[in-house]
Amino acid sequence: MSPLHLCLLISTGLFCIGLAGALARTNTILVLLGIELMLNAANLNFIAFWRFGPSPASANGMIFVVFSIAVAAAEAAVGLALIIAVYRHQKNIRLQDANQLKG
Amino acid sequence: MTFALLLIGLMMLGSAAWAMLGRNLIHSALLLIASWAGVAGFYLWAGAEFVAFAQVLVYVGAVSMVVLFAVLLTRQNQISATLIEPASRARAATGILTAACVGAIFGAAILSTGFHGAASAGPVSSVKRIGLELMHRNGAALLIVGVILTVALLGATVLAASDSKNSPEDLP
Repeated sequence: MSPLHLCLLISTGLFCIGLAGALARTNTILVLLGIELMLNAANLNFIAFWRFGPSPASANGMIFVVFSIAVAAAEAAVGLALIIAVYRHQKNIRLQDANQLKG
Repeated sequence: MTFALLLIGLMMLGSAAWAMLGRNLIHSALLLIASWAGVAGFYLWAGAEFVAFAQVLVYVGAVSMVVLFAVLLTRQNQISATLIEPASRARAATGILTAACVGAIFGAAILSTGFHGAASAGPVSSVKRIGLELMHRNGAALLIVGVILTVALLGATVLAASDSKNSPEDLP
């Protein structure tokens, strides 16, 4: 097994842990953190293919990851602000209870 | 070299799995910081130092603080947090089963693919080169990301801001 296979398997594991957390947990903060883990797994793939890819001269993989980290940071900020707004309405951050648009 | 990769992967996956399975929210947030630090270690291992330090700054430094603030601002009593009803248990089992199926499909696809053309030495990256690429070829994308960050953070402030009419500090 080559190192590229190992990198891809590790990122698959991280993606699946994030997917399980996003689907299985009831706490909204943990659901958001599961989505962040999935984004990190995608970034691992970018770096792995950049490191072991056929064209090592370009820095495209790193550029992709820098932009992806910036967008993920914006997503985390907006998500946590939404969680705080929901908590202010119903004193609760369980995902099943947030089923009304106007609380 | 492969041993270091295995060690980094074990730290990353172990702390992430523990964080997602754990009951205590603060422990989960702290373990996820360890997982993000493991991702930064992977970037260092692969030779992408700039991205590794960006990961440390953004995730280990900033996002973790935002997460901890959100955890502390939305604290609730422990009894309702530890109560598990049967519907939630079935949902958790379905979620973990779905993730395991996705992982099995991805793993089989990766293991059955033969990658070729792998460079053994690895690419050489310098911060100067990344800066030139960012400002020259990807200048428009950099500007758009800046606008996205500004709009998202302004929107987050508006969403999380409390009603100023009810705040006692604003009363004359």
